[in-house]
Amino acid sequence: MTSSPPTIPTHSVKRSNKSVYMVLGCTVFAAAAQVLMKFGATHPMPQMNPSEPSTWMPFAMALLGNYQLLLGYGVQSGNALLLILALRDGELSMLYPIIALTYVWVNLLSMYFFHEHLNFWKAIGIALVIGGVALLGRASSRA
Amino acid sequence: MNKTPLSSILLVLFASLIGSFGAVFLKLGAAHLNRGFRYIVNWQLAFGIALFLGSSVPFVMGIRHGELSVLYPMVSLGYVWTLFWSKLFFNEPITKGKLGALALILAGIICIGVGGS
Repeated sequence: MTSSPPTIPTHSVKRSNKSVYMVLGCTVFAAAAQVLMKFGATHPMPQMNPSEPSTWMPFAMALLGNYQLLLGYGVQSGNALLLILALRDGELSMLYPIIALTYVWVNLLSMYFFHEHLNFWKAIGIALVIGGVALLGRASSRA
Repeated sequence: MNKTPLSSILLVLFASLIGSFGAVFLKLGAAHLNRGFRYIVNWQLAFGIALFLGSSVPFVMGIRHGELSVLYPMVSLGYVWTLFWSKLFFNEPITKGKLGALALILAGIICIGVGGS
Protein backbone atom coordinates (compact mmCIF):
# COMPACT_ATOMS: atom_id res chain seq x y z
CA MET A 1 0.00 0.00 0.00
CA THR A 2 1.26 3.40 -0.86
CA SER A 3 -0.29 6.29 0.96
CA SER A 4 0.97 9.22 -1.04
CA PRO A 5 1.98 12.08 1.19
CA PRO A 6 0.61 15.44 0.15
CA THR A 7 4.02 16.79 -0.77
CA ILE A 8 3.32 18.28 -4.16
CA PRO A 9 6.12 20.34 -5.63
CA THR A 10 4.54 23.62 -6.55
CA HIS A 11 5.82 23.93 -10.08
CA SER A 12 6.93 20.51 -11.35
CA VAL A 13 3.43 18.98 -11.18
CA LYS A 14 0.80 20.49 -13.45
CA ARG A 15 -2.74 20.47 -12.15
CA SER A 16 -4.07 19.33 -15.51
CA ASN A 17 -2.11 16.06 -15.38
CA LYS A 18 -4.26 14.71 -12.58
CA SER A 19 -7.34 15.49 -14.65
CA VAL A 20 -5.84 13.66 -17.63
CA TYR A 21 -5.39 10.49 -15.56
CA MET A 22 -8.93 10.80 -14.21
CA VAL A 23 -10.36 11.03 -17.73
CA LEU A 24 -8.22 8.02 -18.72
CA GLY A 25 -9.91 6.19 -15.84
CA CYS A 26 -13.28 7.33 -17.21
CA THR A 27 -12.58 5.66 -20.55
CA VAL A 28 -11.90 2.34 -18.81
CA PHE A 29 -15.15 2.65 -16.83
CA ALA A 30 -17.13 3.62 -19.94
CA ALA A 31 -15.79 0.63 -21.87
CA ALA A 32 -16.53 -1.75 -18.99
CA ALA A 33 -20.06 -0.32 -18.79
CA GLN A 34 -20.63 -0.89 -22.51
CA VAL A 35 -19.49 -4.51 -22.28
CA LEU A 36 -21.72 -5.09 -19.23
CA MET A 37 -24.68 -3.52 -21.05
CA LYS A 38 -24.02 -5.72 -24.07
CA PHE A 39 -24.14 -8.76 -21.78
CA GLY A 40 -27.27 -7.36 -20.14
CA ALA A 41 -28.95 -6.85 -23.52
CA THR A 42 -28.63 -10.57 -24.31
CA HIS A 43 -30.08 -11.55 -20.93
CA PRO A 44 -33.49 -13.24 -21.54
CA MET A 45 -36.34 -10.88 -20.68
CA PRO A 46 -40.11 -11.60 -20.56
CA GLN A 47 -42.40 -9.74 -22.97
CA MET A 48 -43.79 -6.53 -21.50
CA ASN A 49 -46.99 -4.98 -22.74
CA PRO A 50 -47.52 -1.46 -21.33
CA SER A 51 -51.31 -1.78 -21.63
CA GLU A 52 -51.30 -5.12 -19.74
CA PRO A 53 -50.52 -4.47 -16.04
CA SER A 54 -50.14 -8.19 -15.32
CA THR A 55 -46.95 -8.21 -17.44
CA TRP A 56 -45.34 -5.32 -15.52
CA MET A 57 -44.30 -7.24 -12.43
CA PRO A 58 -42.51 -10.15 -14.18
CA PHE A 59 -40.68 -7.61 -16.34
CA ALA A 60 -39.64 -5.51 -13.33
CA MET A 61 -38.41 -8.63 -11.50
CA ALA A 62 -36.43 -9.75 -14.55
CA LEU A 63 -34.95 -6.26 -14.82
CA LEU A 64 -33.82 -6.44 -11.19
CA GLY A 65 -32.35 -9.87 -11.89
CA ASN A 66 -30.42 -8.60 -14.89
CA TYR A 67 -27.39 -7.82 -12.79
CA GLN A 68 -25.13 -7.16 -15.79
CA LEU A 69 -27.40 -4.38 -17.02
CA LEU A 70 -27.74 -2.89 -13.53
CA LEU A 71 -24.00 -3.12 -12.97
CA GLY A 72 -23.45 -1.49 -16.37
CA TYR A 73 -25.61 1.47 -15.36
CA GLY A 74 -23.85 1.62 -11.99
CA VAL A 75 -20.42 1.73 -13.62
CA GLN A 76 -21.71 4.35 -16.08
CA SER A 77 -22.83 6.53 -13.14
CA GLY A 78 -19.42 6.17 -11.53
CA ASN A 79 -17.90 7.16 -14.84
CA ALA A 80 -20.04 10.32 -14.97
CA LEU A 81 -19.01 11.26 -11.44
CA LEU A 82 -15.32 10.75 -12.21
CA LEU A 83 -15.65 12.86 -15.38
CA ILE A 84 -17.27 15.68 -13.41
CA LEU A 85 -14.48 15.56 -10.82
CA ALA A 86 -11.88 15.56 -13.60
CA LEU A 87 -13.41 18.60 -15.27
CA ARG A 88 -13.00 20.71 -12.12
CA ASP A 89 -9.68 21.84 -13.46
CA GLY A 90 -7.83 21.46 -16.69
CA GLU A 91 -9.01 22.53 -20.13
CA LEU A 92 -12.19 21.01 -21.55
CA SER A 93 -10.71 21.05 -25.07
CA MET A 94 -7.77 19.01 -23.76
CA LEU A 95 -9.68 16.53 -21.61
CA TYR A 96 -12.84 15.83 -23.58
CA PRO A 97 -11.25 14.21 -26.68
CA ILE A 98 -9.43 11.70 -24.43
CA ILE A 99 -12.82 9.99 -24.10
CA ALA A 100 -12.20 8.67 -27.64
CA LEU A 101 -9.92 6.10 -26.01
CA THR A 102 -13.15 4.31 -25.03
CA TYR A 103 -13.35 3.10 -28.66
CA VAL A 104 -9.99 1.39 -28.21
CA TRP A 105 -10.93 -0.44 -25.00
CA VAL A 106 -14.33 -1.46 -26.37
CA ASN A 107 -12.71 -2.97 -29.45
CA LEU A 108 -10.12 -4.84 -27.40
CA LEU A 109 -12.69 -6.07 -24.85
CA SER A 110 -15.02 -7.16 -27.67
CA MET A 111 -12.26 -9.36 -29.04
CA TYR A 112 -11.97 -11.07 -25.68
CA PHE A 113 -15.61 -11.30 -24.60
CA PHE A 114 -17.54 -11.48 -27.86
CA HIS A 115 -14.84 -13.04 -30.07
CA GLU A 116 -15.00 -10.18 -32.53
CA HIS A 117 -12.05 -10.10 -34.86
CA LEU A 118 -9.59 -7.29 -35.22
CA ASN A 119 -9.18 -6.41 -38.89
CA PHE A 120 -6.76 -4.12 -40.71
CA TRP A 121 -8.91 -0.96 -40.49
CA LYS A 122 -9.78 -1.43 -36.82
CA ALA A 123 -6.09 -1.91 -35.98
CA ILE A 124 -5.14 1.25 -37.90
CA GLY A 125 -8.00 3.16 -36.25
CA ILE A 126 -6.97 2.03 -32.77
CA ALA A 127 -3.38 3.10 -33.44
CA LEU A 128 -4.51 6.53 -34.70
CA VAL A 129 -6.79 7.15 -31.69
CA ILE A 130 -4.00 6.16 -29.28
CA GLY A 131 -1.63 8.46 -31.17
CA GLY A 132 -4.10 11.35 -30.96
CA VAL A 133 -4.68 10.91 -27.23
CA ALA A 134 -0.92 10.61 -26.64
CA LEU A 135 -0.46 13.88 -28.52
CA LEU A 136 -3.07 15.53 -26.28
CA GLY A 137 -1.35 14.17 -23.17
CA ARG A 138 1.98 15.51 -24.33
CA ALA A 139 0.49 18.90 -25.18
CA SER A 140 -1.17 19.12 -21.75
CA SER A 141 2.01 18.33 -19.83
CA ARG A 142 3.80 21.10 -21.71
CA ALA A 143 1.00 23.63 -21.29
CA MET B 1 -26.15 -1.14 -51.24
CA ASN B 2 -28.19 1.15 -49.02
CA LYS B 3 -27.16 4.77 -48.92
CA THR B 4 -27.28 6.74 -45.71
CA PRO B 5 -30.19 9.22 -45.92
CA LEU B 6 -29.52 12.90 -45.31
CA SER B 7 -32.10 12.91 -42.51
CA SER B 8 -30.04 10.32 -40.60
CA ILE B 9 -26.86 12.34 -41.07
CA LEU B 10 -28.58 15.51 -39.82
CA LEU B 11 -30.06 13.72 -36.80
CA VAL B 12 -26.68 12.28 -35.81
CA LEU B 13 -24.99 15.66 -36.32
CA PHE B 14 -27.68 17.23 -34.13
CA ALA B 15 -27.01 14.56 -31.48
CA SER B 16 -23.28 15.35 -31.54
CA LEU B 17 -24.06 19.07 -31.17
CA ILE B 18 -26.31 18.44 -28.14
CA GLY B 19 -23.66 16.17 -26.63
CA SER B 20 -20.96 18.81 -27.05
CA PHE B 21 -23.11 21.32 -25.14
CA GLY B 22 -23.50 18.63 -22.49
CA ALA B 23 -19.72 18.70 -22.03
CA VAL B 24 -19.77 22.51 -21.74
CA PHE B 25 -22.40 22.41 -19.00
CA LEU B 26 -20.58 19.61 -17.15
CA LYS B 27 -17.48 21.81 -17.15
CA LEU B 28 -19.49 24.81 -15.91
CA GLY B 29 -21.14 22.70 -13.21
CA ALA B 30 -17.90 21.00 -12.17
CA ALA B 31 -16.41 24.39 -11.30
CA HIS B 32 -18.90 24.62 -8.40
CA LEU B 33 -17.22 21.58 -6.80
CA ASN B 34 -14.13 23.64 -6.07
CA ARG B 35 -16.19 25.23 -3.29
CA GLY B 36 -16.98 21.81 -1.78
CA PHE B 37 -18.39 18.44 -2.75
CA ARG B 38 -21.92 19.27 -1.57
CA TYR B 39 -22.18 21.73 -4.46
CA ILE B 40 -22.43 18.74 -6.80
CA VAL B 41 -26.17 19.41 -7.01
CA ASN B 42 -26.38 22.39 -9.34
CA TRP B 43 -28.42 23.18 -12.41
CA GLN B 44 -25.49 23.26 -14.81
CA LEU B 45 -24.48 19.67 -13.97
CA ALA B 46 -28.09 18.51 -14.08
CA PHE B 47 -28.57 20.23 -17.44
CA GLY B 48 -25.29 18.78 -18.75
CA ILE B 49 -26.32 15.23 -17.82
CA ALA B 50 -29.78 15.86 -19.31
CA LEU B 51 -28.17 17.00 -22.56
CA PHE B 52 -25.99 13.86 -22.66
CA LEU B 53 -28.99 11.61 -22.07
CA GLY B 54 -31.11 13.70 -24.46
CA SER B 55 -28.52 13.43 -27.23
CA SER B 56 -29.17 9.69 -27.39
CA VAL B 57 -32.72 10.34 -28.70
CA PRO B 58 -31.78 11.91 -32.08
CA PHE B 59 -28.82 9.49 -32.23
CA VAL B 60 -31.03 6.41 -31.99
CA MET B 61 -33.52 7.98 -34.43
CA GLY B 62 -30.63 8.67 -36.80
CA ILE B 63 -29.01 5.24 -36.74
CA ARG B 64 -32.33 3.51 -37.44
CA HIS B 65 -31.59 4.01 -41.13
CA GLY B 66 -28.30 4.19 -42.95
CA GLU B 67 -24.89 2.74 -42.41
CA LEU B 68 -23.46 2.68 -38.92
CA SER B 69 -19.92 2.96 -40.30
CA VAL B 70 -20.82 6.41 -41.65
CA LEU B 71 -22.99 7.58 -38.77
CA TYR B 72 -21.01 6.33 -35.77
CA PRO B 73 -17.83 8.31 -36.56
CA MET B 74 -19.96 11.43 -37.01
CA VAL B 75 -20.71 11.44 -33.28
CA SER B 76 -17.02 12.08 -32.73
CA LEU B 77 -17.46 15.42 -34.50
CA GLY B 78 -18.69 16.42 -31.05
CA TYR B 79 -15.01 16.72 -30.12
CA VAL B 80 -14.62 19.35 -32.83
CA TRP B 81 -17.64 21.34 -31.61
CA THR B 82 -16.29 21.10 -28.06
CA LEU B 83 -13.00 22.62 -29.24
CA PHE B 84 -14.91 25.68 -30.51
CA TRP B 85 -17.14 25.98 -27.43
CA SER B 86 -14.04 25.74 -25.20
CA LYS B 87 -12.56 28.70 -27.06
CA LEU B 88 -15.83 30.62 -27.01
CA PHE B 89 -16.96 30.00 -23.42
CA PHE B 90 -13.75 29.26 -21.51
CA ASN B 91 -11.24 31.13 -23.66
CA GLU B 92 -9.10 28.02 -24.03
CA PRO B 93 -6.54 28.41 -26.83
CA ILE B 94 -6.91 26.33 -30.00
CA THR B 95 -3.37 25.03 -30.42
CA LYS B 96 -1.67 23.07 -33.19
CA GLY B 97 -1.27 20.17 -30.75
CA LYS B 98 -5.02 20.01 -30.07
CA LEU B 99 -5.90 20.27 -33.78
CA GLY B 100 -3.36 17.58 -34.69
CA ALA B 101 -4.59 15.30 -31.91
CA LEU B 102 -8.23 15.79 -32.99
CA ALA B 103 -7.34 15.03 -36.61
CA LEU B 104 -5.66 11.77 -35.54
CA ILE B 105 -8.60 10.80 -33.31
CA LEU B 106 -11.19 11.54 -36.04
CA ALA B 107 -9.17 9.62 -38.64
CA GLY B 108 -8.88 6.74 -36.18
CA ILE B 109 -12.61 6.62 -35.43
CA ILE B 110 -13.39 6.72 -39.17
CA CYS B 111 -11.04 3.73 -39.65
CA ILE B 112 -12.69 1.84 -36.77
CA GLY B 113 -16.09 2.61 -38.39
CA VAL B 114 -14.87 1.27 -41.74
CA GLY B 115 -13.43 -1.82 -40.05
CA GLY B 116 -16.66 -2.48 -38.20
CA SER B 117 -18.89 -2.48 -41.28
